[in-house]
Amino acid sequence: MELQLSDTMRTALDGLSDAHGDQVVEIRQSSSDTFVRVKRGAIVEVCRTLKEELGFIYLSDIFAVDRFTSEERFEVVYNLVSLKDRLRLFVKIRLEEENPEADSVYELWPSADWFEREVYDMFGVRFRGHPDLRRIYMPEDYDYFPMRKEFPLLGIPGSIELPSTTPDTE
Amino acid sequence: MGIESAMGEGYFTTKLDTLVNWARSNAAWPMPMGLACCAIEMMAFAGPKYDAARFGSEVMRFSPRQADVMIVAGWVNYKMAHAIRRIWDQMPDPKWCIAMGACASTGGMHRCYGVVQGCDNFLPVDAYVSGCPPRPDALLHALMKIQDKIRTEHSVMLDT
Ligand code: SF4
Repeated sequence: MELQLSDTMRTALDGLSDAHGDQVVEIRQSSSDTFVRVKRGAIVEVCRTLKEELGFIYLSDIFAVDRFTSEERFEVVYNLVSLKDRLRLFVKIRLEEENPEADSVYELWPSADWFEREVYDMFGVRFRGHPDLRRIYMPEDYDYFPMRKEFPLLGIPGSIELPSTTPDTE
Repeated sequence: MGIESAMGEGYFTTKLDTLVNWARSNAAWPMPMGLACCAIEMMAFAGPKYDAARFGSEVMRFSPRQADVMIVAGWVNYKMAHAIRRIWDQMPDPKWCIAMGACASTGGMHRCYGVVQGCDNFLPVDAYVSGCPPRPDALLHALMKIQDKIRTEHSVMLDT
């Protein structure tokens, strides 16, 4: 399908292809949002260009998708905003099921700290170079990743402890 | 006791029970455990429009040491459950518990791995309030139910 791009978005995407043309896998649009999928190893460089040269200074969110496929099962999505041009761009990478690992963009946006921890907590995607990759919502000794598709909605009985109902007595 | 032979077995202690229960039931101080949207309705319950002061329960205590009724308002997740139980254990006896709203009573719409499916899994609940969110007057009703319960208790006689 022909892309329907605004002039500012076209300029931004042209700038991205000039700098990293061989790293861009696909560009598509859905619900008037633009998605750029890049090769997994290039994410930091792509983000650096977007931030430092093309005006996408604000990292609004990072989230992940479990595609539940045998190849490239996980997708990590970076939601970038250019305040100057009033644009929103989604950058995606795909990761394998076996030991999913991506490079951290913490050095570009310190706000990536908690976003990446959340993705790690929910999907088990590890971020190389993250300063403090710990769980953020689930208990630290929790064994599962709740947003993976095979995880039962109601959780695994007994996997998180409830408080004891007999109070401690001295 | 001389009065017992004059007025019948247990007369004095049952009347003392009534007095103590009357005092307790009209001074049930809530420990607000506001965890989600229901907590907003709980604030209205204490505010001037619904006026829990009519029932002696306007004194929201943010310390477990001075509270009698814990109102669990909102959904309880597994991590928070431990804090709630600790506060409950710190409240002095006798104490009562209200599960306010669908979430506190059953997990409500949060049918998922992180939310305890009903706070009665780790707390002894005396009154459940239905609804999402329940109106403040429903919470007043639960409070009155607890007052009824307190009034029919044997608080002195069993202490002997
Ligand atoms: S019962 Fe409804 S209003 Fe109350 S905490 Fe649950 S979702 Fe919120």
